[in-house]
Amino acid sequence: MFYIHCPYCAEQRSEEEFHCMGQAHIQRPENPEAASDREWGEYLFFRDNPRGLHQEMWVHAAGCRKFFNVARNTVSYEIFETYRMGEQTSVTAGTTAHGREGQVEQVHKVRRVRA
Amino acid sequence: MNQVNRLAKGGRIDRGRPLTFSFNGQTCHGYTGDTLASALLANGVDIVNRSFKYSRPRGIVAAGAEEPNAIMQLGATEATQVPNVRATQQALFDGLCARSTNPHSGLLSTIGELFSPMIPPGFYYKTFMAPASMWMTYEKLIRKAAGLGRSPREIDPDHYEHSKQHCDVLVIGAGPAGLAAALAAGRSGARVILCDEQEELGGSLLCSREMLDGKQASVWVAAVVAELAGMDNVLLLPRTTANGLHDHQFVTLYERRTEHLGDRAPEVNGQQLARACMYHVRAAQIVLATGAHERPLVYAKNDVPGNLLAGAVSTYIRRYGVVPGKRLVVSTCHDDGYRAALDWAEAGHEVVAIVDARERADGHWIEMARAQGLNIIMGSAVIEAKGKNRVTGARIASIDVARFQTTGPASELSCDTIASSGGFSPVVHLSSHTNSRPVWREDILGFVPAELPGLTPVGGACGVYALGDVLKGGAEAGAEAAIGCGDTSASIDLPDVERLKTGEALGLYQVPHEKPTLRAPKQFVDLQNDVTAAAIELATREGFEAIEHVKRYTALGFGTDQGKLGNINGMAIAARCLNQTIADTGTTIFRPNYTPVGFGAIAGRHRRDLFDPERYTALHEWHRARGAKFEDVGQWKRPWYFPSNNEETMHDAVVRECRAVREKVGMLDASTLGKIDIQGKDVREFLGRIYTNGWEKLAVGKARYGLMCKDDGMVMDDGVTTCLADNHFLMTTTTGGAARVLEWLELWHQTEWPELDVSFTSVTDHWATMVITGPEARRLLAEVTDIDLDRDSFRFMDWRVGMVAGVPARVYRISFTGELSYEVNVQAHYAMHVCKTLFQHGDKYGLTPYGTETMHVLRAEKGFIIVGQETDGSVTPEDLGMQWCVGYNKPFSWIGKRSLTRPDTCREDRKQMVGLKPLDEMVVLQEGAQIVFDPQQPIPMTMVGHVTSSYYSPTLNHGFALALVKGGQKRIGERVYCPMTGGVTHAAEIVSPIFYDPKGERQNV
Amino acid sequence: MSNVAIFEQRAADTIAAESPLHYSLHRHAVSAQGADPKEGSAVAMDERAFLGHLIVRGTAGVLRAAIKQVVGIALPETACGLNVEGGKSIQWLSPDEWLVILPPGEEFATENALRQALGDNAYAVVNVSGGQTVLTLSGPSAHEVLMKSTPCDVHPHAFPVGRGVSTVFAKTTVLLRRPDAKHWELVIRRSFADYLYRWLLDAGEEYGITTKHTENKDNNNE
Repeated sequence: MFYIHCPYCAEQRSEEEFHCMGQAHIQRPENPEAASDREWGEYLFFRDNPRGLHQEMWVHAAGCRKFFNVARNTVSYEIFETYRMGEQTSVTAGTTAHGREGQVEQVHKVRRVRA
Repeated sequence: MNQVNRLAKGGRIDRGRPLTFSFNGQTCHGYTGDTLASALLANGVDIVNRSFKYSRPRGIVAAGAEEPNAIMQLGATEATQVPNVRATQQALFDGLCARSTNPHSGLLSTIGELFSPMIPPGFYYKTFMAPASMWMTYEKLIRKAAGLGRSPREIDPDHYEHSKQHCDVLVIGAGPAGLAAALAAGRSGARVILCDEQEELGGSLLCSREMLDGKQASVWVAAVVAELAGMDNVLLLPRTTANGLHDHQFVTLYERRTEHLGDRAPEVNGQQLARACMYHVRAAQIVLATGAHERPLVYAKNDVPGNLLAGAVSTYIRRYGVVPGKRLVVSTCHDDGYRAALDWAEAGHEVVAIVDARERADGHWIEMARAQGLNIIMGSAVIEAKGKNRVTGARIASIDVARFQTTGPASELSCDTIASSGGFSPVVHLSSHTNSRPVWREDILGFVPAELPGLTPVGGACGVYALGDVLKGGAEAGAEAAIGCGDTSASIDLPDVERLKTGEALGLYQVPHEKPTLRAPKQFVDLQNDVTAAAIELATREGFEAIEHVKRYTALGFGTDQGKLGNINGMAIAARCLNQTIADTGTTIFRPNYTPVGFGAIAGRHRRDLFDPERYTALHEWHRARGAKFEDVGQWKRPWYFPSNNEETMHDAVVRECRAVREKVGMLDASTLGKIDIQGKDVREFLGRIYTNGWEKLAVGKARYGLMCKDDGMVMDDGVTTCLADNHFLMTTTTGGAARVLEWLELWHQTEWPELDVSFTSVTDHWATMVITGPEARRLLAEVTDIDLDRDSFRFMDWRVGMVAGVPARVYRISFTGELSYEVNVQAHYAMHVCKTLFQHGDKYGLTPYGTETMHVLRAEKGFIIVGQETDGSVTPEDLGMQWCVGYNKPFSWIGKRSLTRPDTCREDRKQMVGLKPLDEMVVLQEGAQIVFDPQQPIPMTMVGHVTSSYYSPTLNHGFALALVKGGQKRIGERVYCPMTGGVTHAAEIVSPIFYDPKGERQNV
Repeated sequence: MSNVAIFEQRAADTIAAESPLHYSLHRHAVSAQGADPKEGSAVAMDERAFLGHLIVRGTAGVLRAAIKQVVGIALPETACGLNVEGGKSIQWLSPDEWLVILPPGEEFATENALRQALGDNAYAVVNVSGGQTVLTLSGPSAHEVLMKSTPCDVHPHAFPVGRGVSTVFAKTTVLLRRPDAKHWELVIRRSFADYLYRWLLDAGEEYGITTKHTENKDNNNE
């Protein structure tokens, strides 16, 4: 059960207040009519499924109803960072290293889970 | 039965408060403070169960959660049955009624016993796999024979609680490490929860031989518990198992709140207490003080009743005043194994021998045993137990651990109890619930938790066993975990502990027998799942090398056991067979729940009429008073139909309601439709991007139907949106789609078009909506409103504001029935008043309330779709024949537009919406029925679509349906078939989906 | 005035109005015998019915002055803030959304005045008075009832007076707020009101929960 820092409410809330909306930073083609069927299909249907660092979009559905992004490890489920729409993550695959069991040795200081 | 094994004094039981209980129908006696297990042992009960696979007699082995055999079915009545209770964890109460989960030798049990050599690992997989269709039958038989306990057949009379907790420090386990940690954290002022699965806090200290500050350890425990209980910032939870540790330090605690008090939760002041409570804890820091489980040695026939863990023997003597036998042999390979012998001798019973696999030993306890003149045999081990229903002797032999063989002839000692101890395994279960793998440490011969954020294992849980170190480590971890939460200067004085001399332990798991493992009598590794050393050896020979595969194949550590006693021995045996180290072999990991959890506690208060929210409209009570039958639409309770009396069938009611609307006037409660208030300068632009059709030209005072697609071009919702003012629109959505659509609008606004000035607010609950529809609608409404209803001034698709029944209202002239319709919207507080007033005036016009079923029939006659019924996420506006609602030339490439030209979406043979008219007019096709073109085609037939909506039309006097049919729009007039189960095939003609008033004249009058 | 269509939605006092908990309170009222229900009960539940509820959206920069001027309370600009004064309150809902709760009947005039003050700025005001109601919980065990219901931390340190959040409650969502040291307020949606009311009765049973209906408008002509 995740404990997610909502960047708008500026505090951690329980996962049941949120919905995951899938991969973050999916760009709708600027001019859809000019996109080829292949490009359009990739925008619609193709998503990454990485082992390790992943950027996802979540919405604080039962809270402030704002969408935001989460940089998360898909193996350890550790959340490195949450950030607002329009912002870019400071966590990159380069800043994390895969350990023996695929766990990311975290470079970032974990936000201390504190009520 | 008499308490033949009870000591006259000693233990933490209250001999002044005797209790009576029954076991397998026999009356037994015990004392307050007993567990069911200690009381059974006191009564001299040897056999508590039959084993899972081989049906061998089994006795009590352990004194805690790790007990593999004494698994009980509890409950004095059918409704209070509880399966899979460990007798070692169940406090005794007066009238307790327990049965063995698997008491007798049943049919398969006899087979199991007789043919046990023929049941190798993977037996079930190998034997029962073919034919696959029979597995269901086999499974039932196997489950019944296996004896896994049963659930009650009557409703549980008790209730269960949930509590959501937040804390700075959660300490799991209240032994020495946990108490020290909780005290250190508590004194700093941090919010602390301390839980322990046992009846009493204190863990091993409750019956320890060690002294703290020169006094019995239990004295220190009492003082610490009293201090913690006095702290407002500390929550103490005895009888509470941390059953699962989930991501981000979310822990579930299962508190057996009243299970120690009786068969049912008792009443206090007329209030029945909750039987159990599930705490959902979010902890900033977790101190894992779960201690260690003693590891039994694996030797031949080590499952015969009378084989116990050495530590359990000590616990029963010291804590419960029960000596579970007369003559004891101890088999061990480390110093702590000697404690059982010392306790046994002090209780005045005979210690036949202590058999130590080490060549030499001179620790504190060994010296004490020598001083008492106990018989110690070094370099040897018990290689086989004798006896069937109870131990009658122990065969011992000298052994070479490194070469895994006996080195001398075996001799037999006469005894009735064998206590074995191979060392300790840290209880790492919780640490691996989030998939982290424990790490082997050769220096302590055990797996310890891997590093996890926010989790600090202390004491036995990380392989620290010397009491002084345990206390110190616990206190340090507690203080560290509380940093930043309060007064950091607080500290605790640890009690003085004598540092005892200990010798090095020997890593012994399976004891070698004279015969090779595969031919020796059974050497059990996992008693609960009947997994033997031979089974593991066989599994490795058959090519199962990964430890997870060995587990899967042999059932090692399955189910409710979760490998508490057997896993490490199993890993060690697999390592030996594979000729590798335990570290290389690794361990399997453990799952929640640590021990079984009652379903009631999982459900909590979410049961019966509170299981799921029921949403009511402001007219709900009116519907109830009119005798409405309700239909669930999402969480909403909507009137389905209104039987005029108890006898009227649904069919008759719907026919009557349909006729009323078509001929007179009906009223529908449409308050459940989603309503979204949209304001801002850019609403028109935004709507144009979200809807398939255009909004630039919609005038103030007008409403328009809109269709919404996902970007893949598939219809996701529809509804009427009204222009209230240039900057102000009101969108309606489907009942089920309200929340989804609001989130969808926010999604596009927040992520793609934040520059647009537009904002959305749900007003679904604010407005109550009553649809007045039918030829008499205008005359009825005119009686109660000041709005000019003249057909030329208040036209179809217009809205007006005025008074209705004295209430300010917004009235829309929109129609979902095809008849003249007015939708009256008022602030929901006044809905009841308006509704009652309408019906006061409505009698003379034949005003009839109608429900969702009639609504469905009427709209289907008009060919109006319902999103989610005609559509399923794979239907485009064009598939629905709704090109009239698609703005192909809008400047912005609206959501879904580009997808309509994808090769797949513009295929000509897509499934398209059509009407179906059954050739037999009385037939009402089944919704969901598959459609074929050729009814003669042999199976598998080519399916070309399905029926989406189907009703009997009282207006048309025949059955009719809407359907999706391949290329259907070009097949009007053709014939299709619905082959039904039972061999009947219905034929139908493809027709226009608009069955009634195709020109739409009736709504425009 | 902005180009938005609004009208007085409240009817005359002679028209019967029903709060969202009207029937729930009649069906399941539980009160201590012969005494003020608040006395002697560890949890008491009241409805504050028929208040004026306005959703106000826009940036704090746009709204700050107008809110202060029209409502008379400062806009709470930090996340999860709640300002209460003289029977009115303003709660932060999101960085561009607030809930204003007013005495019954003031919502239309307030909305008009806000629109007047805000002019051509980008903002929205929506009257939602018919769609929600306020339930108050008080008494020494009120927070125990909350702990059975919401994953939010309701410890006084974590949830001080002047805090309000939108969160999960039982199986739905509510606005949970602490206007003063003695009360918790739940702003609940009309359609969920009966479910939540039954939930609270059930959860509060062990504390002898009592109910008392405070209608600001005594006009039930049943």
